[in-house]
Amino acid sequence: MMLSRVAERVYWFARYLERVESMARLIQVYTGLLFDLPRDTGISWHNLVIASGSHGEYNRRFSVQDEKRVVKFLLEDLSNPSSLASSLRMVRENIRTTRDIVPQESWELVNEFQIFVSENIAQGLNRRYRHEFLEEIIKTCQQINGLIADTMRRDAAWHFLNMGRSLERADMTIRILEAGASMSSDFIENDTNHVLDAVWGSVLGTLNATMPFRRTMKVAIKGDDAARFLLEDTLFPRAVTCGLLRMQDSAKQLPSSEKVMSCLNDFVKTVTSGSDYTDVSVGFPAYLTELEKNSIVIHKAIQDTWFQPT
Amino acid sequence: MTKGADKESGGIDWSQYQGGDFFDEMITPKGGARRASQRVVKHLGQLSREELESRRVAAESTVRDMGVSFTVYSDGENIDRTWPFDLIPRVISAKEWEQTANGLKQRVRALNLFINDVYHEQKIFKDGVVPEYLIKDSKNFRPECVGITPPKGVWAHICGCDLVRDADGKFYVLEDNLRVPSGVAYMLENREISKRVLPELFETNNILPVDDYPAKLFNMLASVSPRKVRQPEIVILTPGIYNSAYFEHAYLAQQLGVELVEGSDLFVDKDDCVYMKTISGLERVDVVYRRIDDLFLDPEAFHPDSILGVPGIMRAWQAGNVALVNAPGAGVADDKVVYAYVPKMIEYYLGEKAILPNVETYLCDDPEQLKYVVENIEKLVVKPANESGGYGMMVGPHATKKDHEEFRKLVQENPRNYIAQPTLMLSTAPVITGPGEAEPRHLDLRPFVLQGTDLAVTTGGLTRVALKKGSLVVNSSQGGGSKDTWIVAEGGAK
Repeated sequence: MMLSRVAERVYWFARYLERVESMARLIQVYTGLLFDLPRDTGISWHNLVIASGSHGEYNRRFSVQDEKRVVKFLLEDLSNPSSLASSLRMVRENIRTTRDIVPQESWELVNEFQIFVSENIAQGLNRRYRHEFLEEIIKTCQQINGLIADTMRRDAAWHFLNMGRSLERADMTIRILEAGASMSSDFIENDTNHVLDAVWGSVLGTLNATMPFRRTMKVAIKGDDAARFLLEDTLFPRAVTCGLLRMQDSAKQLPSSEKVMSCLNDFVKTVTSGSDYTDVSVGFPAYLTELEKNSIVIHKAIQDTWFQPT
Repeated sequence: MTKGADKESGGIDWSQYQGGDFFDEMITPKGGARRASQRVVKHLGQLSREELESRRVAAESTVRDMGVSFTVYSDGENIDRTWPFDLIPRVISAKEWEQTANGLKQRVRALNLFINDVYHEQKIFKDGVVPEYLIKDSKNFRPECVGITPPKGVWAHICGCDLVRDADGKFYVLEDNLRVPSGVAYMLENREISKRVLPELFETNNILPVDDYPAKLFNMLASVSPRKVRQPEIVILTPGIYNSAYFEHAYLAQQLGVELVEGSDLFVDKDDCVYMKTISGLERVDVVYRRIDDLFLDPEAFHPDSILGVPGIMRAWQAGNVALVNAPGAGVADDKVVYAYVPKMIEYYLGEKAILPNVETYLCDDPEQLKYVVENIEKLVVKPANESGGYGMMVGPHATKKDHEEFRKLVQENPRNYIAQPTLMLSTAPVITGPGEAEPRHLDLRPFVLQGTDLAVTTGGLTRVALKKGSLVVNSSQGGGSKDTWIVAEGGAK
């Protein structure tokens, strides 16, 4: 037995928690990447805004695209709904109203988490302390996920949590590939191979995929191989196909899941049939946009099936 | 007292503690510890100052981490505030508590008989024991309830009775909260906090546990299910996250393992049964522990624009298809004028003398008593009959001449709406006010009484304490805090 409203909030709790972690990873890896690139590459902090999916909002409000402005916008700006602080607030709002069905300690952890972030956010803005601060955020997200993995019964609530988390991960992977493609196309004319290697290295790094990529693909890091791995691999949790398969595992366990299952099947077929990942300036970005639409279709199907009261 | 403790670095220096003219819960006028508090007092004096301070900090951060918070409407964006917790427990002996608990059960039994009588034969009015006008003009009398008999004839299943001690050290009942009394979650969390920060005292004292409350509450709720099924579907109905007690609603749902629902989660079908909307369709509900006031409960029956409630839920209740806890209309006995008659009700319905005394109360609608109130208003506490949370009241000795004038006017214009009581010498207990420092602060006690098939009382209750020096207002919305309440059995360690 599970209330529709509660299912919806658990689902969003997982999505926002995933967003918090993704944002921390994104800023972490990007800050590192900028150290590796030659100074004259002119690579911009704005790519981070693209990867977070909030460039529309940013461009409307700011013209300056420097580190300070971008990091502030992505970390602490509560008027930016994609900022880390906004996502964390939504994590708390959603768990606050569903604390009767998630493990009790996760509520305490989320509370501590929000206090830690609001008290230390200045460290994230300062490059000198940023690494440590973001590392702590990532660790806390993993701690909460670990607690849930170890102590939560695999009931309906867990399946909604799993679906929210997996869909958010797939979304994030697609967006990070978009940012990678956008940076690659900036550099591709200049025969700057070592720059491209660094870019794709950071794409994999953001998703904790470097070692799994090497062991699975057994090739040096290259853009199209990285894309293939992150889209098509069935076993790496942050790869899109793997996430969709996990969603199917959960959807199967829930009542009247036919429509969601069929949308997921379509999506899996599209991703596994592949595309030309080398055309980083036109074809590949267009393909990624198509995948993003698929992900919206899945969300809509979940909402219609389980969250809309009838 | 502080036996060898260095005054500069030791724990609480009890020799500096000034109890004043009030009854102090822990320290006698001569400066010694009361019997039940002896171990606690000794221990707090022996801890080093640093140790005591670190316990205080630990308690504070435990409160924050647990997310113990209450909501204050006017705070807007920041709806959470942590609920101030004082480290020093309030200790009551088990022997004294047993007698008090009996008094509470007796009182609630009589109140339920009264409410049932009000909505049926009204014998108590006919017999002239209580005047009928009491309910005629009562804001909380619900004509919709006349002739209805809820399961077991119980209307007020959960009561919060506020107790205070006067200068004589005896407990008096200050008021009965029969609508949607709150605070029990804080009682439970306070115990969790003291177990974490003062664990050693639990080894040396025989402190009776409080954590059987959720199980008792669950059994009570199951016992009033109109459908005789093995596992009745029980829900807690909350007005939502912006309600001041939302924390408690969520906490109790978690402790009971029942669904926490909002009005929009429930639905009354043409068969006059209540259902909830779930991921697998509609599911029948048997018992609704509602934390929404009567008038917001059902837009069909009461406020048509209420979005908190469930359209048709009164219909379902009248048809006997769902239990509402507390029952609608139970608030008719939650009135400060009705309060004054409770000792008479106990005699009338139970043929017993009231075990727990009322605070002396002047009813303003009696001309003689009104005259006394108007002439002595600066000495009295004047309360509106129907407000809760300490709003709209005046404490004579602490009020200005202008307030006195205003309240003289108010009580004369609308005597039925006001009662007056002598300003009590509310008891005090030590509260930590600085490193190694404790000062007396006024407090009260809210135990919770459950009535279904059986009667049960919490072990102790929620102790609320006014944190401002000299203040008598203990409400959390007006600067109060709380303490853990220990019922301690004689005979030392477990």
